[in-house]
Amino acid sequence: MLRLEARPHPSTAALLLSPVLAIGLTLLAGLILFALLGFDPVKTLTAYFIKPLDSLYGLSELTVKATPLLLCAIGLALGFRANIWNIGAEGQLIMGAVAGSGVALFLRPEHGAAWVLPAMFLAGALGGMAWASIPAVLKLRFNASEILTSLMLTYVADLFLRWLVNGPWRDPEGYNFPQSRMFEPDAIIPPLLDGTRLGFGAVLALAVALGGWFLLSRTFLGFQIKVIGLTAAAAGYAGFNSARITWMSLLLSGGLAGIAGLNEVAGPIGQLTPFVSPGYGFTAIIVAFLGRLHPFGILLASLMLALTYLGGETAQISLGLPVAVTSVFQGMLLFFLLACEVLIRYRLRAGR
Amino acid sequence: MIETVAILVSMVLAATPLLFAALGELVTEKSGVLNLGVEGMMLAGAVTGFAVAASGYGPWAAVLAAALAGAALSSIFALLTLLLLANQVATGLALTMFGIGLSALVGKPFLGMPLEALPALPIPLLSDIPLLGPLLFRYDGMVYLAVALTIALHLFFRHTRAGLVIRAVGENHDAAHALGFPVRRIRFSCVLFGGAMAGLGGAYLSLAYTPMWAQNMTAGRGWIALALVVFATWKPLRVLAGALLFGGFTMAQLHAQGLGIAVPPEFLAMLPYLATVLVLVLISRDATRIRLNAPACIGKLFHPDD
Amino acid sequence: MKFAKWAIALVVAAGMTATAQAEPLKAAWVYVGPVSDHGYSFQHDQGRKAAEAAFGDKLQTTFVESVPEGADAERVINQLAKDGNKLIFSTSFGFMNPTLKVAQRFPDVKFEHATGYKRADNVSTYSSRFYEARAVLGTIAGKMTKSGTIGYVASIPIPEVVSGINAFTIALRKVRPDAQVKVIYVNSWYDPGKEAAAAKALIDQGADVIAQHTDSPAPVQTAEERGVWCFGQSSDMTRFGPKHHLTGVIENWNEYTVAEVKAVLDGSWKSHDTWGGLASGMVKLAPFNPAMPKDVVEAADKVRDDIIAGKLNPFAGPIKDQSGKEILAAGKNFSDGEILGMNFYVEGVQGNLPK
Repeated sequence: MLRLEARPHPSTAALLLSPVLAIGLTLLAGLILFALLGFDPVKTLTAYFIKPLDSLYGLSELTVKATPLLLCAIGLALGFRANIWNIGAEGQLIMGAVAGSGVALFLRPEHGAAWVLPAMFLAGALGGMAWASIPAVLKLRFNASEILTSLMLTYVADLFLRWLVNGPWRDPEGYNFPQSRMFEPDAIIPPLLDGTRLGFGAVLALAVALGGWFLLSRTFLGFQIKVIGLTAAAAGYAGFNSARITWMSLLLSGGLAGIAGLNEVAGPIGQLTPFVSPGYGFTAIIVAFLGRLHPFGILLASLMLALTYLGGETAQISLGLPVAVTSVFQGMLLFFLLACEVLIRYRLRAGR
Repeated sequence: MIETVAILVSMVLAATPLLFAALGELVTEKSGVLNLGVEGMMLAGAVTGFAVAASGYGPWAAVLAAALAGAALSSIFALLTLLLLANQVATGLALTMFGIGLSALVGKPFLGMPLEALPALPIPLLSDIPLLGPLLFRYDGMVYLAVALTIALHLFFRHTRAGLVIRAVGENHDAAHALGFPVRRIRFSCVLFGGAMAGLGGAYLSLAYTPMWAQNMTAGRGWIALALVVFATWKPLRVLAGALLFGGFTMAQLHAQGLGIAVPPEFLAMLPYLATVLVLVLISRDATRIRLNAPACIGKLFHPDD
Repeated sequence: MKFAKWAIALVVAAGMTATAQAEPLKAAWVYVGPVSDHGYSFQHDQGRKAAEAAFGDKLQTTFVESVPEGADAERVINQLAKDGNKLIFSTSFGFMNPTLKVAQRFPDVKFEHATGYKRADNVSTYSSRFYEARAVLGTIAGKMTKSGTIGYVASIPIPEVVSGINAFTIALRKVRPDAQVKVIYVNSWYDPGKEAAAAKALIDQGADVIAQHTDSPAPVQTAEERGVWCFGQSSDMTRFGPKHHLTGVIENWNEYTVAEVKAVLDGSWKSHDTWGGLASGMVKLAPFNPAMPKDVVEAADKVRDDIIAGKLNPFAGPIKDQSGKEILAAGKNFSDGEILGMNFYVEGVQGNLPK
């Protein structure tokens, strides 16, 4: 009879090996799954993990896909650590995109060049923060659960975006199709590498990851966040202001999500459309936990998850693998990763 | 001409899938487990129910199969979080992803197939009462089941020992364990129940509400169900009220469009969500009430030997 | 001697080119939804299958389904072009700008974008005059309705949907001048639950005919259950409402797809815009319900035949807007551009459009 016995300290070996074990198990399960569905297992796995990365364009696309995940997940992780459950990052992302687009659309070329993009980034952050402040206020004034309020506001944000592109912000020369004008060149994030879509957003995301690590491990605020998350009572005795922490977490995650949203419309998309995000705000929650709420872990997790999305596309294109299999495969990967984490804190023992 | 009774009936029908899923999640959360995989489990139930019914096994076999499918999917969650102590939030989200993909895969051969809807079961005599009859007594079997379960769960948590034990496990799992209650086994059963109910909610969509299978046909109802549990402060009767509120506002905004009200359709569509937030704010103002209702150990890991 | 060497080299080269011509043309299709949805993407895929049937070994096809219309689309289209596909069909409006961006990078690849309006030297656009079919539907509705109220389940307030509603209403009121059309938007192309709820709401508000411009069969199912006439969309939805499904709008891309593939194969492909209607068969009507009375069938057939013959324009004046003001004089027609960008309702439609 196997049972789990707590380790006195988390095992560093397991910390490094458990993801490897998980990936190994996923590959095995994937091989079986693909074979059962009638696809060449090795070719499929190659399409999933190797083919997307075989060119500079592919690598740059990996960062393009991972950037919004990373930005959102860092902010979310800081909040989760303090027991603030912001489920509405998707809505904050949308509002950031909207705010930044507003700046882009109402500035004309003659208004000057260099400061447009920074203004857009600022607007994106402010838009996301403003949207996240609503659950914050409702929680602090009325004890309303931020889980519910942030989630409901996501739907509201999506509908607001649709109204904007169907109505007031519609491209006047766009035959009344639901989209805004294409942004002026000054309002588009230039690619860092020619021929790719790699832009400043990726650099910013990396900086945010570093900043998040610094905040959490080296600042007093980070300390407060961790303590509040572990024992709210002790934090109260120590005089930590939980209201302030609530504000900080929601504003930070909202602002970062807003920047992620702005990065999407001013970068890869180049205009405001109803399809700003295929659910990055929700996927970021998974990324945050896969990264164990640690900024560097989140960095790796965002790259890994991005790879599975790219892999799903590649497998569809080169092998005709149904897109539904991608979700199944991703789910399996997540299950194995989560399962193997147990080995970090516990070890298997035989007997009762 | 607007028929009020017909509108109220459509409200009830819209609320039913939410009610099933939310009640199931309520039980899961009462025992201290947060399962965010409701959307995935609902879809598993929807596709399984449809597949069984479309293959000719009859509606009630389909309903049973749907419940089993939801429970089966939730057992993966239970295994990971209760035995292997994985993080509940991440596992639940992974379950959603997995459920969406698996249901799409399984459902492929059933796309574009028509199906006879679940038959309506009018209660004899009662259904002939003017006004109240069509409003309350002419539904299909699953609607009655959902309402019956609401009342049953209300009584269960209020008046039975088993209900008390589940609540104890959710409030303080260490104390419950010290008292000798099999915490993990209780949570396991509650998670499976939650999965079965989510499966029923999905099955209602594919067997009665719109008898067909379409990928992702739950369209976010799983998330609404999760929100409804919080909204209802973990009380079954309030879940019923919340589901009706949400279903009601959904129908109201559609009717408003049909009446030509001069508000853009996107803003009208925001009504159900804004209404839910507003009502939550109104009932949350009493902080003590909230604190006393949320299961204290929700989401926390439990290991018997810790 | 040197000349002979050259001659031999030329012959060999010609031979090699001839063998190279035997390499199949690689063509790809990008869909916004699942192929087996028996709706919009399904109909596009029928076009792909028609091309496969027509060209056999000369054509090698690939398709990618459920591609979101945001930043991911560009990557997918780019990958297809890199993979050696020489003809790419991007079948949804939201793929427009991604298609153009990739087209700039791959000038020797030809692109076909459906329901868009931007072209380039290597990008064609194509769409269907759905509103012509809607005019026939409106005629039938006018004759079949008793209450005079028609319910319209619509997706998103875009010109394609609005022009359909308008053409429907204009034809409807020619037959029944006092009829009204109530419109409910569900903000999605495919959401069976919402569509069913919208249909219920319309029926509860007195509609006895339901039309839809959404892609799931839910409105047809609801109408069948409530005993109300209905029209389907995208594909033949008779089996979802055998007693009450009158007819529907069917998108047909088969002949167009085959023609474009042929043009690439024989080197005559040029960027162009195609907006075909009933005449070219790019939009069709589902088979009429046998329960439709003879006079209704005759009226419907006449409208269809007149449109095909060019004798009847669904948007011929006089046309009044919702407030009753005349916006198009008698004897005039709306131009293609005006139809493509239509964002107002005609008289008889109840509802408001975002401005």
